[in-house]
Amino acid sequence: MNNTAIEICTLIIENHECGGRADQTILEVAEENGIFIPTLCRLSGLSNIGACRMCLVEVKGMNKLMPACVTKVQEGMVVTVNNERLAEHRRLALEMLFSERNHICSVCVTNGHCDLQFLAQKLGVNHITMPYIHPLMPVDASHPRFLADHNRCILCTRCVRVCQEVEGAHTWDIMGRGTKARVITDLNRPWGESESCTGCGKCVQVCPTGALSEKGQAAGEMLKRRTFLPYLSMMREVGK
Amino acid sequence: MTKVKPTKARVATVWLDGCSGCHMSLLDMDEKLILLGEKIELVYSPLVDAKDFPENVDVALVEGSISSEEDLHKIKLIRRNTKVLVALGDCSVTGNIPSMRTVFPLAKVMERVYDENATINKQVPTKVVPRLLERVMPLHEVVKVDVYLPGCPPSADNIFFAVSELLEGRVPEMTSTARFGA
Amino acid sequence: MNQDDLTSIAAQTKQSENRYDHVIKVCVAAGCLSANSEQVKTQLESELKQRGLETCCKVKGVGCMGLCAAGPLVSADANELMFQGVTPADASAVIDSVVDKKPAPAAIVMDSQLDFFTGQKKIVLENSGEIDPERVEDYIAADGYEALFHCITKLKPLGVIEQVTKSGLRGRGGAGFPTGLKWTTVAKAQGARKYVICNADEGDPGAFMDRSVLESDPHRVLEGMAIAAYAVGASKGFIYCRAEYPLAVKRLRIAIRQAENNGLLGMNIGDTHFDFKIEVRLGAGAFVCGEETALIASIEGGRGTPRPRPPFPAQEGLWKSPTLINNVETFANIPPIIRRGGDWFASIGTDKSKGTKVFALAGRVNNTGLIEVPMGITLREIIFKLGGGIPEGRRFKAVQSGGPSGGCVPEQYLDIPVDYDSLASVGSIMGSGGMIVMDETSCMVDVAKFFMDFCMSESCGKCVPCRVGTTQMHNILERITQGEAGPQDLDLLTRLTSMVKAASLCGLGQTAPNPTLTTLRYFMDEYRAHIEEGRCPAGICHPAKVEAEVGA
Repeated sequence: MNNTAIEICTLIIENHECGGRADQTILEVAEENGIFIPTLCRLSGLSNIGACRMCLVEVKGMNKLMPACVTKVQEGMVVTVNNERLAEHRRLALEMLFSERNHICSVCVTNGHCDLQFLAQKLGVNHITMPYIHPLMPVDASHPRFLADHNRCILCTRCVRVCQEVEGAHTWDIMGRGTKARVITDLNRPWGESESCTGCGKCVQVCPTGALSEKGQAAGEMLKRRTFLPYLSMMREVGK
Repeated sequence: MTKVKPTKARVATVWLDGCSGCHMSLLDMDEKLILLGEKIELVYSPLVDAKDFPENVDVALVEGSISSEEDLHKIKLIRRNTKVLVALGDCSVTGNIPSMRTVFPLAKVMERVYDENATINKQVPTKVVPRLLERVMPLHEVVKVDVYLPGCPPSADNIFFAVSELLEGRVPEMTSTARFGA
Repeated sequence: MNQDDLTSIAAQTKQSENRYDHVIKVCVAAGCLSANSEQVKTQLESELKQRGLETCCKVKGVGCMGLCAAGPLVSADANELMFQGVTPADASAVIDSVVDKKPAPAAIVMDSQLDFFTGQKKIVLENSGEIDPERVEDYIAADGYEALFHCITKLKPLGVIEQVTKSGLRGRGGAGFPTGLKWTTVAKAQGARKYVICNADEGDPGAFMDRSVLESDPHRVLEGMAIAAYAVGASKGFIYCRAEYPLAVKRLRIAIRQAENNGLLGMNIGDTHFDFKIEVRLGAGAFVCGEETALIASIEGGRGTPRPRPPFPAQEGLWKSPTLINNVETFANIPPIIRRGGDWFASIGTDKSKGTKVFALAGRVNNTGLIEVPMGITLREIIFKLGGGIPEGRRFKAVQSGGPSGGCVPEQYLDIPVDYDSLASVGSIMGSGGMIVMDETSCMVDVAKFFMDFCMSESCGKCVPCRVGTTQMHNILERITQGEAGPQDLDLLTRLTSMVKAASLCGLGQTAPNPTLTTLRYFMDEYRAHIEEGRCPAGICHPAKVEAEVGA
């Protein structure tokens, strides 16, 4: 296929007449036009997988909801971004994520910098209407510089994608099905023992929550190094 | 939402399974406490000397999660006697830190606390202290909650705003200022 | 091989079979094999040899005869004589009956005029129970590969598609997408390479239609795929079969080898320029790999997870090439459609659902097994005529069609015709052909929980609504059956069902709420009994009555 000339489409997003190239997604065109569509698994620069379902929109004439991050614009499209039904779906999707694992914001290293936390606030999720599942999740602290806390993971696979698509290491992948699915390093070996991990830290930077973090950030790790004050012991001697 | 009387409203604050940080935040209102004091009568609170939860409470601010049989009993009593129930802070809204023990079997938790980590009198209590529930729950899993005020703790300003709005008979809109965690 | 070779093989095979006065057919599909039918076959052969009857009577292993619960099954003389539950010790009685016309013991005689058999219309299963699935000659003698030769020598690809379109055939995997339209899309799609995939990852609990076709008549599927490949312009095909079907895989591999050796697959098929090769790929037991984009990801060597459509596989499929993907039963319908014409096929069935459908009838019904019935037959006929009704005079409660993606249809809809649209109108789906009958001893909340448990375990975990939603819904259903649920749980359940249905990424999640939705719609009284009275009307669950919560 040789598409040297790219078609320009006119479409309506949330009552705004917008123009976009035919190879652009609804999300891209919406963002260019200042229309907010919530996203979670998507990160500009990585491939789009349409997994978190936050960006679902209604497209006139289609009986299914379409993920804006992967749906290409078409001439004459009429897109609804916000209505009661979509708001309910997004709220429930966020609540599902909070209920699935143990997101205790108050004691999370990413408290205050978390995409999940912010999105909940932005979309008015001020409590979780479904029971928390409270699974017992592991924490992998084997890497000298980084920490993987599966309690906070929302399985967005940004880490998997950045590692494969940008760093080219493919250290991260997914293991297991359903709520038992987990991100793993090197065929489920401890991160610290990974032979493919280059230690670049890209996964930590793209992680939307506190699942992947740099060590030394948590309150308990902010240790004082008092050994550089040898005179403390000298003074104790003097005081005797 | 029930409109709260403009004359002195009967307000209660409750401390279930939490750290009392939400109450500290309440006190952190400084001079606004005086403003509030003109409008409310504090009929029950860890801060006043009332032993039993009274009837006909207009607004109850409940801090802490439902973790024990006592909490369960209390929250039902509170709900029965309260017009507007406010879940104050993350413990009452989400379960928060108290709920972190839910991932472990209760017997293991008791063992850890009263046996492994005890220095004297190692024994799991069976009398006097209320029995713990298997699951720690946010308030709304047990009773209907009217207003959610997340935060760990919610800021003094948020608490003041929420109470003031309720006293005016409005539902406080706090999406832009209140969130889980802080 | 060319047309003449084909005709002569067919004639020779028929002739050699006609030399015998009698042909005794023993089912060697998985169901009867597991009931020892291989020994029955061996015993029959040695008994014949002993009696010196091997020249007048032949024993032949054949595919599934349908009434699997009564196996091992044996038939003879164009199915006029049928035997059930045959053991090796019954061999001489069977031979006495076939050769000497002596009545066999009542316990092993089966009435070949049962409604179960006479009520069927066989197109897909026309060779099942008739031919030896491990001999290509047997298939050729039953007009096999004639349709392929007709296509590649007499029809243009568009002419083939025209017949398929005319037939009105719709996808038998469950969704019912018009097959002709799909073929047209792939044929029109631009691409240097195109692929044909046969979806044999049958995974619905209790369903074994595709397995039976593959075990009983594998060449039919190969022929269907080859015709499709010719029509859309593909030269490479894959059969994605689940590894839990070892016999089907074995027979497919035998069939592919035979077809290749006879020039029915491979290069220059039928001395034309048409090339087509087929490879079998095994699935590793993930239900979601039956979803076409997940299946393609799995063949490519990736993790079997679906991706959003569009682009559809017809435009961008295997290795980003246009790909035609159809189910086993769909391909199995193709040779007869070509042989007898699209119009003939379209004359069977209803207005919008043509032809027949194979169902695996299971559950609380007297005759369980595999049936092929014309579209438009009523559920009542299937259950009470072919199925022989409910055992022990119990009362019918519901029939579940379409497996974990389908719904429970209650008694008031028993007279609706079985077709894609009617089943959808009552909240169920045609599905791939599972049909489970439930009676008054089945608890509908428990049934909903069973299917939700299945979907929860099989959710791939990629999208949030399916991964967490199925778990949350399952937990609610679990609490209801245990008597720990309150009325607020029903509200939450309802909210979750509509969200998961609308927001999930693939068909698994989008249909996972169906069993729950239909039981909520038709059997709300049972949910209420569990929640409000702490009682399970069917006596399956043991809900403990709980104190009503204050203000909750």
